[in-house]
Amino acid sequence: MTRKQRRMTMIGAAGVVLFAAVGLILFALQDQIVFFNSPSDIAANSVKPGQRIRLGGLVKDGSILRGQGTKVSFVVTDGGADVTVAYNGILPDLFREGQGVVTEGVMNTNGAFDADTVLAKHDETYMPKEVADALKDQGHWQGDEAKAKVN
Amino acid sequence: MIIELGHYMLILAFALSLVQSVIPIWGAQIADNRMMSVASPIAVTQFLFVGLSFAALTHAYVTSDFSVQNVWENSHSTQPLLYKYTSVWGNHEGSMLLWVFILVIFGALVGAFGRNLPPKLKANTLGVQGWITAAFLLFVLVTSNPFHRIANAPIEGRDLNPILQDVGLAIHPPLLYLGYVGFSISFAFSIAALLEGRIDAAWARWVRPWVLTAWGFLTLGIAMGSYWAYYELGWGGYWFWDPVENASFMPWLCGTALLHSAVVMEKRGALKVWTILLSILTFSLSLLGTFLVRSGVLTSVHAFATDPGRGLFILVLLVAFIGGGLALFAWRASLLRQGGVFSPISREGSLVLNNLFLSAATAAVLVGTLYPLALEATTGAKISVGAPFFNLTFGPMMIPLLIAVPFGPLLAWKRGDLGAAMQRLWMALGISILVILMVYGFVEGGPALAPLGIGIGAWVVIGSFAEIQLRVGFFKNPLAKSLSRLKGLPKSVWGSALGHLGVGMTVIGIVIASSYQVEDISIMKVGDSRTIAGYTFTFEGLKESSEHNYSDVEGTFTVMQDGASVTTLRPVKRVYNTRGMPTTETDIYTMWGVSQLYMSLGDKQDNGAMAVRIYYKPWVTFIWLGSLVMFFGACFSLADRRLRVGAPARKGRAKQAASTA
Repeated sequence: MTRKQRRMTMIGAAGVVLFAAVGLILFALQDQIVFFNSPSDIAANSVKPGQRIRLGGLVKDGSILRGQGTKVSFVVTDGGADVTVAYNGILPDLFREGQGVVTEGVMNTNGAFDADTVLAKHDETYMPKEVADALKDQGHWQGDEAKAKVN
Repeated sequence: MIIELGHYMLILAFALSLVQSVIPIWGAQIADNRMMSVASPIAVTQFLFVGLSFAALTHAYVTSDFSVQNVWENSHSTQPLLYKYTSVWGNHEGSMLLWVFILVIFGALVGAFGRNLPPKLKANTLGVQGWITAAFLLFVLVTSNPFHRIANAPIEGRDLNPILQDVGLAIHPPLLYLGYVGFSISFAFSIAALLEGRIDAAWARWVRPWVLTAWGFLTLGIAMGSYWAYYELGWGGYWFWDPVENASFMPWLCGTALLHSAVVMEKRGALKVWTILLSILTFSLSLLGTFLVRSGVLTSVHAFATDPGRGLFILVLLVAFIGGGLALFAWRASLLRQGGVFSPISREGSLVLNNLFLSAATAAVLVGTLYPLALEATTGAKISVGAPFFNLTFGPMMIPLLIAVPFGPLLAWKRGDLGAAMQRLWMALGISILVILMVYGFVEGGPALAPLGIGIGAWVVIGSFAEIQLRVGFFKNPLAKSLSRLKGLPKSVWGSALGHLGVGMTVIGIVIASSYQVEDISIMKVGDSRTIAGYTFTFEGLKESSEHNYSDVEGTFTVMQDGASVTTLRPVKRVYNTRGMPTTETDIYTMWGVSQLYMSLGDKQDNGAMAVRIYYKPWVTFIWLGSLVMFFGACFSLADRRLRVGAPARKGRAKQAASTA
């Protein structure tokens, strides 16, 4: 092979790999991402049943109902709307009424949310950013109380 | 007083770093030896000053001096002593101080042990290191000062975030930083080479030990963080493709590419420009990681309290260093002449392939990590990119790379013979196919592709010994001859074999653990039994106790298999008194050093029963053992005489280096 041919082989190989990588990334970005929604978004009917989403808000006071075994349901609110969430599993350590929560799953046809994941928080004063923004949208953000505790 | 001295030392160190960033580089420009020789003593003195400053903060933590705001916020007098030490970096300010401390350790090491470096290269390298130190010391002093006092000192501290009260905090951050920050040295060397406008194979030999060191520690740091998350969070996961994890994984991927391209440059004088670019990119990704984690754009256990001012400051540093580095690269890279022609099928070719796949994989992780931030900034839509994205993009890019790994070391430099390499690998191929068939035949359940994944892991594991066999020739030569050859093998051959072996082990661990694990979540009352994967767990009782700064509810479970007792597991639900925050303390039993039984407690139910999570995790320890083996591989390579810092270049080699330059 001449020097030029060698170089072309290299560039060709690099091109193929890069092309494949870009293709995969673009395809995955179409299909494999999950949008975040607040209860108000769901009330506005912007989420189709069966579409995988993240739902975040505050756990409504007095809404946690324990069912059979590890089944549990609770209501997530952003002040503007409420969504009932059903979950089967162990809730994270810092899951509490009145606190922020992010869940992942799908809306069922009855207008409730079937969550398969309830995300853990790492710190009792920490509010998921998405939840804080959703609360601000609904005008229910209670100042920078949480932040004041940290600083 | 000690605290004020610590603060003062930090300011002195900053002043020194300013001198270090100007004088040596100036000296190198005008070829003034005295100006250049200033660099080393300054680097060492700076290490002393930052060290004393770090010691002052540590002293405040160990003596529980709550008049220091940082100590008050993150410590408690009843904490066990170890956690008083680790609390030092269990918060934003202290953790940045640790970052800078490790940065100056590396600078001092170059200053103290870099005697054989050409004076110009050394002066420029330490000068660039001075820029980084100055920038980050300024960041600590201006936005993240850990030495602030409180006017009226509180009696008691607010305790460290309970989730961080673990041995993991003693190990994970220092190791990770040794890796992250270690790449600053190869960055500094690259910028120095660009400033000087010349580079040769010897340059690669000086840089490689630093890359190896940083890479080894980063490997361990990531593995340790992953194991910590695995046992501390109580949900059995070890990798979540969380942006913060990706932040450490990207420099690792890029650093792995750098490790390999530097070999080509050292041995063959080729890929110079690419190696320089990779080392700039690797440290840029380290900085990006620091920005993502420390600025508060991401919320996670790593983010601590967030402050937009800090984020902006790091962003400016990020843009300055990455932009400056790349601009200098664009301007000066054409000065570096390329050398070393090679055919696509050759050792060099295989290393180029390695670099290609690793950089594509880094790009995929980068897109997945930054896309949500970019989308939110531009359209306001909030999305999360999780495991499915990375499985679809990162996974397929790793498969061809893993298949190619055993071939690389068997190909000759310049022009290799793929057929001959394949002949040497027929046994590895045979065993891997046998493994695949056996898994298909004897293991029930699991995804259909899992046996193939295990086969690829086995292929890498067995293939990693092929180069040693090629050089030693067991069963071909008399045993005594083989053994004497084995003794004479260069350590770097062991290094690469162990590195690849570790990769294969980690792959096997990931595939088996994620495909064949058994998870069981249930409500158990005292006296109940459950059988998972052939192990019977019986709930014997609950015990409450209180110690240090927390109180525990501990469950006792006996585990039996076929009527024989295996072990007793004691998972704990712990509540920390100061913050009233619960944590899960899992209990794990490791069988044959490979598979694990994993238990954690959930909530107490109204009727006194407990929610219990049980996992059977087959071969899971291979994930971290593999990383440990990779680390040992880096150690072996470092121990190689040819690479030892300051080892004089042999005459022939020096000539060859000069001729390819």
